[in-house]
Amino acid sequence: MPEPMLELTGVRSGYHGLEILHGVDLTVGVAEVVALVGANGAGKSTTLKSAVGEIKLQGGSVTYRGERVGHGRSHELARRGLMLVPEHRALFGSLTVEENLAMGSRARLGRPGFDKEWVLDLFPILRERRTQLAETMSGGQQQMLAIARALMGAPELLLLDEPSTGLSPKLTADVFGAVEAIRERGVSILIVEQNASHVLEFADRAYVMESGSVVLDGTGAELVADARVKAAYLGG
Amino acid sequence: MTTTLPATDTSPPGARTAPRLSEKSRVLLVTGAVLLVVAVVAGLRAGSGAVLTQALVTGVLTGGIYSLVAMGLTLIYGVLHIINFANGSLVALALYLTLICVQDLGMHPYVALVVVMPAMFALGALLQATLLNPVMKAPIQIQLLITIGLALAIENGLLLAFGPNPRSVALPGNTGVQVLGATVELSRIWAFAGALVIVALLALLLQRTRVGTEIRAVAANPEGARLVGIDIRWIYVLTFGLGAMAAGAAGVLVSPFTTIEPTTGAVFNLTAFVVVVLGGMGNVPGALVGGLVVGLTEQLAGLILPTQSPLLAVFVVFLVVLFVRPRGVFGRSA
Repeated sequence: MPEPMLELTGVRSGYHGLEILHGVDLTVGVAEVVALVGANGAGKSTTLKSAVGEIKLQGGSVTYRGERVGHGRSHELARRGLMLVPEHRALFGSLTVEENLAMGSRARLGRPGFDKEWVLDLFPILRERRTQLAETMSGGQQQMLAIARALMGAPELLLLDEPSTGLSPKLTADVFGAVEAIRERGVSILIVEQNASHVLEFADRAYVMESGSVVLDGTGAELVADARVKAAYLGG
Repeated sequence: MTTTLPATDTSPPGARTAPRLSEKSRVLLVTGAVLLVVAVVAGLRAGSGAVLTQALVTGVLTGGIYSLVAMGLTLIYGVLHIINFANGSLVALALYLTLICVQDLGMHPYVALVVVMPAMFALGALLQATLLNPVMKAPIQIQLLITIGLALAIENGLLLAFGPNPRSVALPGNTGVQVLGATVELSRIWAFAGALVIVALLALLLQRTRVGTEIRAVAANPEGARLVGIDIRWIYVLTFGLGAMAAGAAGVLVSPFTTIEPTTGAVFNLTAFVVVVLGGMGNVPGALVGGLVVGLTEQLAGLILPTQSPLLAVFVVFLVVLFVRPRGVFGRSA
């Protein structure tokens, strides 16, 4: 296995004193695409938020590039290349597409990153809508903007939370096409999806979560072939 | 390989920001029309064009100052979602700082701007960094109580340091001049012009600079801001500093025509709050419009109902706006 970039060890966390993750172990290596699948409420989003320090850990530890991730330091992690695109996108709705992208590059801080034109080639609709306010765009466009904004920040590890939520099959295919292109540029990706069949096909490795714990892990191909995964997530 | 995504959106590109703009201009148009009708009624009631002109000019000039006082309040609310009850007290503090600059240091009142504005910025930044940043995730009443406590502390600190006697600052060469047939003190014209310049500079900072865009980004989505590497606590410190600086500038500009007392802030607080709600909480251009509406309302109401307090009309307008358009003239729906 490649050297781990992100390592979660026995992570316990949750909201308002309620524990949702009960000791999650997970690693993402350099230039690796890792999928996190599981039913609604299994703790996938909580895992991502714990990884970037948006949620306080109740136990265990998270390290990024060998350094421990502290609570409330997500802005520092973003500047070091660990960027999360949350499920609700967290766009700047009252800012234009252009301004959202400019803010994304705020995380870069002199690190080399993607050329803006390359990012816009990935999502040409954003080029057309540069002066439009983010909040006036459709769900699919907002998802593209959210990913593009993160790309502008020169991510080394991109955490994508349910990028296909609420999108038509066509847009979902587009977004996954973009994810594939991002992977080819050497960015590590940890992707959360309910739509397991899609991600298991292209992920190097995957984890299956249930009720706040990792219950299975393996290569994408192994999990696609696993009878339990088939029954639970791939429609038999 | 580079994957290129086709443009799959079906909404017409022409229908982008147009509806928002037209709604804004519609509201502005209605506000202007109402003010015009009120002005005509006030003119008929006064029975003299000169009196009406005087009221209009005074109203606009005062309104500009109200806008500046409200600017700090609306900026802080827009970004931090804190209603800063100490805003008026910060104006009062700036008035006393101006007094020191003028009386003890022999400065021209307007030169005091270069001392008072940075000093107030530093104070605001310090207050945010030490008192408010640690409680930004606490329930809203904690933050409100801190700003109320701050207001009391400033007010009583001023009482302790300067005593209860009213003071004043004299502006050299402050005479009455003719503006469109109305007579106004020069100090009010300077204050209005100064307020417009500072509001414009603030708007430029917010719209045209990187740090301004960061402030707007934090206002729009603090979580998103953290995720792109913005230290939002630093933006909070900066914003509170700017808000206090606007209050400070207002204090200096109104000093030549304001009675300086430790409790002067209370009056500013009330007016600024009405201005901010009229303009839309957190909306900077809205504060400008709100200030002018309140300034004009006060003056015109004085003509229509000469025996009543001008504040009565301001609050009637306030209630009507809350009833008809609760998010304010420029406010966005939640």
